[in-house]
Amino acid sequence: MAEQRRPVGRVMAQVAMVMNLDKCIGCHTCSVTCKQAWTNRTGVEYVWFNNVETRPGQGYPRRYEDQETWQGGWRRTRGGRLRLRSGGRLRKLATIFANPRLPSLQDYYEPWTYDYENLMTAPLGDDMPVAEPRSLITGRPTSITWSANWDDDLGGGPDLTASDPVVQRLGDRIKLDFERTFMFYLPRICEHCLNPSCVASCPSGAMYKRAEDGIVLVDQDRCRGWRMCVTGCPYKKVYFNHKTGKAEKCTLCYPRVEVGMPTVCSETCVGRLRYLGVVLYDVDRVGAAAAVPDPRDLYESQLDVLLDPADPEVRRAAARDGIPPHWIEAAVRSPVHQLISRFRVALPLHPEYRTMPMVWYIPPLSPVVDALGETGHDGEDVGNLFGAIDTLRIPVEYLAELFTAGDPEPVTAALRRLAAMRSHMRAVNLGEPPDPGIAESVGFDAEEIQRMYRLLAIAKYDERYVIPTAYGVDDADRGVIEEIGCSLDYDGGPGMSPVNHSAGLGEASGRTTPATVENFHALRVRQSSDRRGDLSGRVNLLNWDGNGRPRGLFPDRGDDSPKERS
Amino acid sequence: MSEGSWLLWGVLPYVVLAVFIGGTVWRYRYDRFGWTTRSSQLYESRLLRIASPVFHFGILVVIVGHVIGLLIPESWTRAAGLSDTAYHVVALGLGLVAGVCTLAGISLLIWRRRTVGPVFSATTRNDKLMYLVLVTAILAGLATTLLSGIGELTGRPQTDYRQTVSVWFRSIWVLRPDVEAMSAAATSFKVHVLTGLALFALFPFTRLVHAFSAPVGYLFRPYIVYRTRDTGTAAARRPVPRGW
Ligand code: HEM
Ligand code: SF4
Ligand code: SF4
Repeated sequence: MAEQRRPVGRVMAQVAMVMNLDKCIGCHTCSVTCKQAWTNRTGVEYVWFNNVETRPGQGYPRRYEDQETWQGGWRRTRGGRLRLRSGGRLRKLATIFANPRLPSLQDYYEPWTYDYENLMTAPLGDDMPVAEPRSLITGRPTSITWSANWDDDLGGGPDLTASDPVVQRLGDRIKLDFERTFMFYLPRICEHCLNPSCVASCPSGAMYKRAEDGIVLVDQDRCRGWRMCVTGCPYKKVYFNHKTGKAEKCTLCYPRVEVGMPTVCSETCVGRLRYLGVVLYDVDRVGAAAAVPDPRDLYESQLDVLLDPADPEVRRAAARDGIPPHWIEAAVRSPVHQLISRFRVALPLHPEYRTMPMVWYIPPLSPVVDALGETGHDGEDVGNLFGAIDTLRIPVEYLAELFTAGDPEPVTAALRRLAAMRSHMRAVNLGEPPDPGIAESVGFDAEEIQRMYRLLAIAKYDERYVIPTAYGVDDADRGVIEEIGCSLDYDGGPGMSPVNHSAGLGEASGRTTPATVENFHALRVRQSSDRRGDLSGRVNLLNWDGNGRPRGLFPDRGDDSPKERS
Repeated sequence: MSEGSWLLWGVLPYVVLAVFIGGTVWRYRYDRFGWTTRSSQLYESRLLRIASPVFHFGILVVIVGHVIGLLIPESWTRAAGLSDTAYHVVALGLGLVAGVCTLAGISLLIWRRRTVGPVFSATTRNDKLMYLVLVTAILAGLATTLLSGIGELTGRPQTDYRQTVSVWFRSIWVLRPDVEAMSAAATSFKVHVLTGLALFALFPFTRLVHAFSAPVGYLFRPYIVYRTRDTGTAAARRPVPRGW
């Protein structure tokens, strides 16, 4: 007898990400390339759309997970409704003149540069001249005491571990003795949540979720600097540009995603651990799913919001709701969908914030393997691994606090699947017949486990990133980037003119061309034509591919003969 | 009636009005990106958490007071059964409290601006001019309140602003400026009106424009906002669900 099925509500598509934490080596390449692309400007020196945290540790900004203090995300009222944790609409407006829960620059860090000038101008003397640090905020000498990854690799150290809000929640259950510490890296970007509390906190309605791909953005022309979104986001992934007085956040590199390219952090990830793809979800279910009473049910309810793109009924509903066929196909091939819903190894970060985050994480098996290795046991034997997962409570409980609101069950299940894959593949690699019991013990068959292995270990670029081009662009256009245009190319928009002009109404008034827009245009020209990019009037070395000599790199000499300068 | 009075009370208000409206429209069209509070809370929070709410609640009460005092004629309040004395006591009392809040708030704000390094570095010349005019207007306003109060108490009342300034103010909107009414007002009122006009002329070109975008719409919109990527493509034809 056919099971009674729920009708499919309104279908929307979301570009989501999965990161495989076992592979992160903590190199920060993702953070640096993201910064170069997006936040290499004044006003956002302290802003890291992508940051990599050592866990256990405080994170960035310091202790952002302590929602007792920062009041981010949603909370469920006794009546079963969702309210912003920092207060409803009236409360927000009443406290608009000074936000009671805004992190200060000290909770991030005071950005600095060095006084390189001194290296050249210091008078001749016995001592080497030094470039002293200067605050980028005041220009005054400063001492450097903190930054975005100050406690890098110190995870597990007793001082830092003790101030990790996740550890504090575990309380006495976690032992801080050095023999049993563990550590891993957690790269973080904006979660592009299905139920974004940043959007809900914005008094001007300047923040929005794009209906086509779910990317959460700040409309720079509508933002009025009420800075409520910073408080609203429990992941502290909306930042306040202190020069322009506007909020900025990770854009999921939408100009790239629109043309089918992965985000900069994914593209440049050394560990190749990031996956991008489309998931389909039922918007009508989001509100109820985010409001389930027990936070430990949030992982399951979040899974339940996602739809199976292979299901004919879902496909019909998706087509009915205007999702183009190439998006539905992309959802079928989506590596993200496979890792989240089919293999069930990817988990959401802090589902208890009830924002339905859409960057998922494959929990690291390495703390378990390392612990086994230290005791002299075989870290690839499935029995040992399963045993260790069950007995090494600390890593599992810690991971559960991160990914499943404290429920160890899904974390254990995901780790067991990874462990089973590890043992199964060792047998395959050694030419031994793999024990079918291993795969069965985690609910897979050999073929499925090998498919998961393929996706996790050897997936190529176009398997890791399955990104359909933006709506309104059919497949024939794929790759013809010019056809799509830049979203900032509206009349008078920053994409239109490469010239900076200030209106003189205070800092940053009038239209400017953000370096990011300039970079985007230069990249576009370079990738799609055979002439060299022209950066009219301005030399941006980030865009210089080393070929030729961009105009303006050297001052005009009037003639071609080199002149000596003293 | 001198020519000077005509220029000050007959012509200037219209010039200021034109600058105020024209400037705002121009700024909105040309500089939406610069239209922001330029919050400095990231740099300093402790002082701001006291100063900013005190100042803003003060100035908003002051604005409401101005609207009532200038727009509602005496005959209406009398008809509502409010005696002139009662009106004056309430207006003076409330005005004094709000005015003092405003002044205390803005003093603390300015002190903070000057003494907190990062906030001072982020202060533009535009801000300084704005503060100068704003503080002068507030001081002149408080002075009028105090002088009227002293006048009431000593039994030598000043000319009532509701028979001079308010009459003139309302006459502006029907395009028949009552220059004589304004000329008859006490000097302190004239100074306050002139600084007020200066503030209005400056308003559209400073950070003060943030007051125009007071986000009352927030109370009525759904929490989650969905928007399509742009118009003119298939995307635009797709129905956007209303959030919750
Ligand atoms: C109801 C409307 C208003 C709202 C919601 C509002 C809100 C704000 C906010 C959020 C700030 C930024 C505070 C910070 O974080 O640094 C601010 C600053 C300021 N506002 Fe308002 N405001 C309003 C009306 C006004 C009015 C009518 C005036 C004066 C005529 C005014 C004068 C100022 C000044 C001078 C500052 C700068 C304070 C400083 O940092 O020194 N505001 N306002
Ligand atoms: S993670 Fe991103 S989408 Fe989610 S609340 Fe924070 S800023 Fe908004
Ligand atoms: S680039 Fe990749 S491996 Fe390096 S820190 Fe970022 S996520 Fe980890």
